[in-house]
Parts: sequence; structure tokens; C-alpha cells
Amino acid sequence: MIDVRNLSKAFDSLIVLDNVSFTVNDANLVVVLGPSGTGKSVLLKSMLGVLPVDRGEVLFDGRSIQNASAQDTYEIRKQVGFVFQSTALFDSLSVADNVALPLQEHTTFSSRAIRDRVCDLLEDVGMAGKANLYPQSLSGGMKRLVAVARALALDPRYLFYDEPTTGLDPVMTDKVVKLIKTLKDKYTNSGIVVTHDLSTAKAVGDQIYMLKKGRISKLTKIEKELYD
Amino acid sequence: MNLFSAIGDFSSFFFRSLFIPWQLRQSRDRIVHQVYEVGIGSLPIILVIAAFAGLVSIVQTSYQVAGTVPRYIMGMTVGRMVMIELAPILTALMVSGRCASSMAAEIGTMRVTEQIDALEIMAIDPYRFLSLPRIIGTFIALPVLTVIAELDALLVSGAYAHFFLDVPFGVFNYGLTNLFYARDFFGGLVKSLFFALVIATAGCYYGFNVRGGAREVGRAATYAVVTASILVLALDFLVALVIFG
Repeated sequence: MIDVRNLSKAFDSLIVLDNVSFTVNDANLVVVLGPSGTGKSVLLKSMLGVLPVDRGEVLFDGRSIQNASAQDTYEIRKQVGFVFQSTALFDSLSVADNVALPLQEHTTFSSRAIRDRVCDLLEDVGMAGKANLYPQSLSGGMKRLVAVARALALDPRYLFYDEPTTGLDPVMTDKVVKLIKTLKDKYTNSGIVVTHDLSTAKAVGDQIYMLKKGRISKLTKIEKELYD
Repeated sequence: MNLFSAIGDFSSFFFRSLFIPWQLRQSRDRIVHQVYEVGIGSLPIILVIAAFAGLVSIVQTSYQVAGTVPRYIMGMTVGRMVMIELAPILTALMVSGRCASSMAAEIGTMRVTEQIDALEIMAIDPYRFLSLPRIIGTFIALPVLTVIAELDALLVSGAYAHFFLDVPFGVFNYGLTNLFYARDFFGGLVKSLFFALVIATAGCYYGFNVRGGAREVGRAATYAVVTASILVLALDFLVALVIFG
């Protein structure tokens, strides 16, 4: 379970997160919805301690990442798979090496076991046969799928998706949405999806929150209609 | 940022990059890759500049001493000049221009495209993943390049002396070897070790600190080369003072 408690973050005078609190229960996908530029990505990075917060804390199974030592922070992060909006794939590494990287760094698997695991993951996301390509030769949607495979490499308890469908064509959007739902069922992990797209939010979310002017609230039916 | 805080920031980056668990099993391949990038990648340009440095030194030496001292002195003068000063400093400046800039640009691009954030979120220490292999790789490659540059410069200058200045190889070699001081050779090598540390640290430091986009990445590459070059020259003076002063 992830417990976000009174998270506040400002850049100079611009308040991005203002006492944000919510909970992600086990096997639940929480969607944080909001227009572009409201601080959704800042929320995700703050939750993982990549950006320091001004106030508040985030508890992963009762362990506060803000008060954790560097080693403990890394231990918590190993339980989280993160899919960046920009994909953040390493362009000097092939698709297979991108997916293999967390396994090479954090496991003692043999090269053969890593190769098998990478093949399985790429097959899960529909990218089998693309292992030897480099990110620059992939389309935006394909990069997103590889980023999902990389996020799944360590079999994380939690998956964070930052704008998973932004910039994708309708076919690829549908594919990614289906993939998020399938992965949730297959790996039974919890997670957070931040998006500005209500249809994606409704398709994947067990709970939907709205982030607006730094404050977070549960999305009501009327707001859903207004947002539409 | 004032000078003192910049020096503090730079130093703390250096220590943060080096004094961490190296995790050699994971870092080994990246270190080997950097030795290759810096060493093999810079070899052609180093061979060219060392050859010209050798030619310039023998021509200048001949101009200054020909007819006034025995001819074997030319071998000694060129040898000491190359080993103490020319090979270490020119190799370091070339590697600064070639490698510090590319390190800053590569890491800077990784910063602006969130790849460094991705490393942190994947619980991979970006200092160990990016800086450590570059610093260690340069630390291994630069002294080797310096020795190659010395050999290259001495061979070319010896050949020029033999064919154009009427100084036979044997005479040139007599001056070079009989008046050889190990301190000259090792002093130059010690310099190159210090140079390697500042060149790689400058490249990584400016790359890590990029904020913004393509323009800032370009600036970081420029700052990395300028800073590395200034530090190389400053260290050249300091190490010379300690070893030869």
C-alpha cells in the first residue's frame, strides 16, 4: 500500500502540490487526472524521492521514502516500475539491453536467464522480435511499450505511469490501455497512472483523483461530465 | 556562483563519483568501454599531434643549439622536453577537447531526456553508472596515451634529425638514453594521472548539471573543455613545482 500524506511542493512562489494526500491500496490502479502543467509528473517524482518535497511524506508499506537512508530509498525504488512520458530509454543501448539493465544491476541472474526474461517481457508487451533494435529506430508507441517492459523487469509491486497515452495515435492508445489492464491482472501490482486524458483514466482506473491548482480531490460524476 | 563554491561543488562531485561502492561486477564493462573510447578513440589524433610536436621540438632545438654543443645533446634536450612537458600536456589538451566535451554532451543529453532520473528511479546510482567508469577509464587510458605520444614524438624527431640535420640515430639515441632521468619520465606520467582526473570530472560534472535543453547541453560541452584545459595547465604548474621545482 502507498500512503501519500500531506505532500507539498513549490518551485519558488509557484505552488505545485498543496497538501496532497491519497492512498493506493493493494491491487488498485489510481489515476491522477489533470490538465497539462498541473504538476502530475512532479507528484510522481516527489513520491519516489527524486524531487525533494517541502512537506509531507510518502509511505511504501509503512516505510517513509522521505526519511529513508540512501540505501533504503534504493530498496523502496526497486519495488517500483516507472514508465516515463518521454520513455527515458537509454539511446546507447538496444531494446534488449534497456530491458536487461535493471536485471543486470540488481540480480545475480546468469546472462542466459536475463536473456530469457527479456524475451518474455518483450513478448508480454508485444515487442517480440524487436530486441536488437535501438530506441531511435522505434516509433513513439513502440518506445512506450519497451519502457513498460523495462519497468516490469524486476517484477515490481507498484507501477507508475506518467502520461502513458500522450502523443500516441488512437490504435496505439488502445493497445497501451489494454496492456495496462492486462499487466495489472497478470502481475497483480498496484500503481498510479497520471494522465490528462479522461478516457484513459476511466478505462484503467479503480479510483480517479483530480489534481488542480496543487490540490487533489476525488473526481465526482459531475466533474467527469464537465471534463468530458 | 562564486569561485569558492564552484570549486567546492566540483570537488564534492569528484568525491561523490569516486568514493562509492564500485560494484565492479556491474561496472567492469562500462569501465572497459570508456578505456576504449578515450584510449583507442583518441589514438589517431594523439599520434598526429605527437608527431608534429616531435618535429617542432627537434627543429627548435637544432635552431638554438646546433654548432654550439655536441650533437647528442639534441637527443637529450628533445627527450626531456617531450617526456616532462610536451607529451603529457598536449595529450591532455587533446583528450580534453575530444572527451570532456563528449562526456558533457552525452551526460547532459541524458539529463534533459530524463535518462538520469530513470537511473535513480531504477535504484541505480547515476554517479557509479556514469561518472565512475569515465573517471577510471580516463585514468587508465591517458597515461598510456601519453607514453605512446612520447614514443611517437621521439621516433619522429629522431628520424628528422637523422635525415635532415645530419644527426645519426645512434648519436641522437646516445643523448636520449645516456642522459635519461627516470624522474623525467615518471614525472610526466604522474602529471597525466592528475590530468585524467580533472578532464573526466569536468566532462561529467557539467553534463550532470545541465538544466534546460539543447542550448544548455552545448554550453556544458564548452564549459567542460574550457574548465578541463585551465585545470590541466594549473595542475601542470603545481605538479612541476612539486616534482621538478
